[in-house]
Amino acid sequence: MKRLEGRVALVTGGLRGIGIATVERLLEEGAEVIIADLKAPDDADVQAVLKQLGQASSYLQLNVTDEAQWEAAAASVRRDFGRLDILVNNAGIDGIGPVETMPFETWRRVMAVNSDALFLGTKHCTVLMSETGKKTRGGASIINISSIMGIVGWIEASPYNASKGAARLFTKATALEFARKGMGIRVNSVHPGFVRTPLLQEGFDRAAEMNTASTAQELLSTLDQMTPLGRVAEPSEIAATIAFLASDDASYMTGSELVVDGGWTAQ
Amino acid sequence: MSKRLEGKVALITGGTSGIGAAAVRRLASEGAKVAFTGSNAEAAAALCAETGASFHPHRVQNADAWPVLMEELHKLYGRLDIAFANAGMEAGDSNIEEIDVNNWNNIIAVNQTGVMLTVQHAMRAMKKNPEGSGGSIIVNSSMNANRAMGNFLAYSVTKTAVCAIVKSSAIHCALTGTKIRVNAVLPGVVETAMITNLINQQEDPVATRKAYESMSPMRRMAKVEEIAGLVAFLASDEAAFISGAEYVIDGATTAGTMGV
Ligand SMILES: NC(=O)c1ccc[n+]([C@@H]2O[C@H](COP(=O)([O-])OP(=O)(O)OC[C@H]3O[C@@H](n4cnc5c(N)ncnc54)[C@H](O)[C@@H]3O)[C@@H](O)[C@H]2O)c1
Repeated sequence: MKRLEGRVALVTGGLRGIGIATVERLLEEGAEVIIADLKAPDDADVQAVLKQLGQASSYLQLNVTDEAQWEAAAASVRRDFGRLDILVNNAGIDGIGPVETMPFETWRRVMAVNSDALFLGTKHCTVLMSETGKKTRGGASIINISSIMGIVGWIEASPYNASKGAARLFTKATALEFARKGMGIRVNSVHPGFVRTPLLQEGFDRAAEMNTASTAQELLSTLDQMTPLGRVAEPSEIAATIAFLASDDASYMTGSELVVDGGWTAQ
Repeated sequence: MSKRLEGKVALITGGTSGIGAAAVRRLASEGAKVAFTGSNAEAAAALCAETGASFHPHRVQNADAWPVLMEELHKLYGRLDIAFANAGMEAGDSNIEEIDVNNWNNIIAVNQTGVMLTVQHAMRAMKKNPEGSGGSIIVNSSMNANRAMGNFLAYSVTKTAVCAIVKSSAIHCALTGTKIRVNAVLPGVVETAMITNLINQQEDPVATRKAYESMSPMRRMAKVEEIAGLVAFLASDEAAFISGAEYVIDGATTAGTMGV
């Protein structure tokens, strides 16, 4: 499908997992896509990804927790593209463990990446996105990747829960604010259930170390069984929902939360 | 329009006007074969001519008419992949002090029992698909499922109830491994003939229109095509991991309060 021809998108945490699946999908739909992630531009991984994805993709080194880097990123998007239609705030990290022994630093780091970054990205991209959004039919689109853990609690995942809950309501607040002011920017949140990505794999590797009773593989197959649809999601399935929200098909959707969880939170 | 729905057969209840008619057009344009129900034969004929869809006079609340309709569809198409339980009404609704029990029963029959019957019969048909059970069912609820209206008691109640039908059915399908997804869409105010008539019946239609438009911070109502776009997405295989979900499409109307 080519719903996004002529559009420019920025995807944070775009080098792997849901991020790279989103980059691939937006490229397929005809957008020019800027991948933003932590690695240096001359990193071999970055070079390999760009080579594989082709000309419509480009790379921006951006630590989403750093305000100065967001200012520089927004300025470079303006200079190089002159517009920004789609911002996918996808970069995210997990943080697990019991509250009573969790280092404050862990809480702060998770909040910084999963929550502060949405504020910073939105703050610094809004002017350019508003200029762009007023000129396009469906408006510009900010897509914040929360989680089902932004809706329901989870044992020993308190910073992740709190940060993703913040993402859910930051989305609604900015959706209202931008709509009311006629800024031409829609803002929605996506709430994936469990998705087969490196984040999930690494999280389970760590959980398996802490809990010697089960292996990461056992934990993963438990997740399959616990999901009503009987399996975890593929990153491309989350990317399809993100592409829908980015497109003019979603022109009346703002302030919405799109759960993509195989029925997890319906049970 | 891309052809995400090529080879699929869709049933849309209440398809002769409004969101239903827009969904007929949209699903047909994406390659689906579409059957729709309703009672306005004249509007239906025009829509059939335009889209190649088939029309089946039928009232959703009439339990006895369901097996007949499904038999007819089976003969015509031999399968069912998509069902959009869209038929709904609000005529005769009122507030808790004044609602007439016959009107209440009537609205419950169409909006709630009608949806239950649609989901039930669609599911039975989808389970018999030639290459095995599978499909996508979409129920048209309303943002009023999350924000009840004082002067539309029965409407608010039924739109909340159908979300429970969606979740219960989604879980049932998952537990029984039927590969049928069930989801709800919750539109805000959509500019359909139903709303336009309601506006024009008011003493001051201009002010009423403005009031409807300003319910959303976007300061406009939704277009029927915008709801149909979401229905098409949920109907397609793009939404393969989505089930038991409620997708609000209301221009941020229920995202919060607008502040002062
Ligand atoms: N995998 C799941 O099951 C799941 C479920 C629900 C929500 N999510 C959310 O989806 C998003 C993507 O997750 P994923 O599973 O693809 O994770 P991932 O770990 O595979 O990928 C995350 C990417 O973000 C980047 N990143 C991390 N910190 C960054 C920073 N400070 N600045 C810039 N980039 C940074 C990483 O380098 C990595 O490329 C996250 O927000 C995550 O919380 C994932």
